[in-house]
Amino acid sequence: MPETTAPRDAVPSGTAPAPARATTTVQGAVPAIEFQGVVKRFGDNTVLDGLDFSVAKGDRVTLIGPSGSGKTTILRLLMTLEEADGGIILVDGDPYTHEIRGGKRVEVPEKRRRAVRRRVGMVFQQFNLFPNMSVLENIIEAPMHVLGLARAQATVRAEELLDQVGLADKRDARCTQLSGGQQQRVAIARALAMDPEILLLDEVTSALDPEIVADVLGVLREVAETTDITMLIVTHEMQFARDVSNRVLMFDHGRIVEEADPETMFTSPTHERTQEFLRAVLGD
Amino acid sequence: MSDNLSTLRDALPRLGEGVVVTLQLTLGGAALALVLALLLGLGSRAGSLWVRGPSRFVVEFFRGTSLVVQLFWLFYVLPVFGFRMESLACGILALGLNYGAYGAEVVRGSINAVPQGQWEAATALDLGPVHRLRRVILPQAWALMIPMLTNLLIQLLKGSALATYILLHDVNYFIEQLRRSTQDTFFSYTVGLLVYFALAYVLTLGMNALEVRAKNRLGSGPSLREVLRVAPVPATTRGGAA
Repeated sequence: MPETTAPRDAVPSGTAPAPARATTTVQGAVPAIEFQGVVKRFGDNTVLDGLDFSVAKGDRVTLIGPSGSGKTTILRLLMTLEEADGGIILVDGDPYTHEIRGGKRVEVPEKRRRAVRRRVGMVFQQFNLFPNMSVLENIIEAPMHVLGLARAQATVRAEELLDQVGLADKRDARCTQLSGGQQQRVAIARALAMDPEILLLDEVTSALDPEIVADVLGVLREVAETTDITMLIVTHEMQFARDVSNRVLMFDHGRIVEEADPETMFTSPTHERTQEFLRAVLGD
Repeated sequence: MSDNLSTLRDALPRLGEGVVVTLQLTLGGAALALVLALLLGLGSRAGSLWVRGPSRFVVEFFRGTSLVVQLFWLFYVLPVFGFRMESLACGILALGLNYGAYGAEVVRGSINAVPQGQWEAATALDLGPVHRLRRVILPQAWALMIPMLTNLLIQLLKGSALATYILLHDVNYFIEQLRRSTQDTFFSYTVGLLVYFALAYVLTLGMNALEVRAKNRLGSGPSLREVLRVAPVPATTRGGAA
């Protein structure tokens, strides 16, 4: 696959790109993502109960834990697909959906919310390509109408990305004609076309047949190696987590019970819940 | 019988005029109903109670009151307040309001039936609310709506027969005239059945073509051209892996 990553200087990030593999949070630097006392309830079920954590720019963080532990909720909060019931979320230090003003927690106006959301991209478990558009149209829709790129410009970038995910020949195909793995690679290209600073990957291989999981993970590995995008990854692919991420957070009941680099987490977890969980997932 | 047929032959130009009036009522009413259905259907899903409340009220009101009463009210009562409308405008308005209310429920249901993931993907790409609806949700909801809208269109066509009673010379009026001149109820009303059936069938064919096109645009089913081709298309290359 040719090297076709576009220059990232078009992104109004305001800070120098962090090294691709920052290993620890730099003291004093503004984190890419910061949760402060975030609460999320679904009815009587409290999924997140005052969660605090932060992610440095360029970090690749994998969230692991049993289902219902709040991992996916964290990604959905960051995409504004869910709204937190308490606490605040900062992206690059900017309040996202809520902020504290005069000692009170108030909603951030939609305009500022959108400006923050624009820096965040997401790839879903079920791909969610738009069936009424061709592959190319799926990718250029938002760059044209949200970023304001000209069609020609958006198309050039889309073709580069399609090349990068190995689907240059599917440019004009309908999404329904593609296999699941191909659809997911288009979805990755579509998210990257918006030049996100933060990419959320929500169980992106869970709906795929085992033999095509590797293709999708290969594409993501390359993205991780060639860009400095901050990534939050929810996955059951422990090998992928190990290859790509520099930090692993183990969740249980909406709390981080253990945090370590992948090597330590997967070889010598200290918390009992982590040990149990990894035994179940790795199947030994 | 041959007398009847010659009477019918002589009356054909007037039947033509009746068909034109019926089609004006049907297509005009349907166009108004579609616009109202979209507005009220979207309004019924609005977050703000100030939009949702009135939308729901209008839908329930016009769904819950009889078309005949609405028609007579517009035609015979409104003039009392100084608003006088032409018969045709009155008919189109009554049909549009009544079927628009039914259509609003179709629009609302179809929009709700578009998978949640489509909304989420559009949000993740930061598409604005209007853009999201116009480019992502409505094209998919449209394909779901068409079969139900076809039903409503046929009902609207038949409902338009009431226009005779606000002095319009539609197909129904023509049938009445035919009955008077032939003195043959069996013959006249059978002609009536056939004319309405023919009109309904043409409308159904048109709507089916729209449905084929809408589905094809979502990547399922053959294109309209393939359907219209005389030779049947082998159903192999379609469908793909899902």
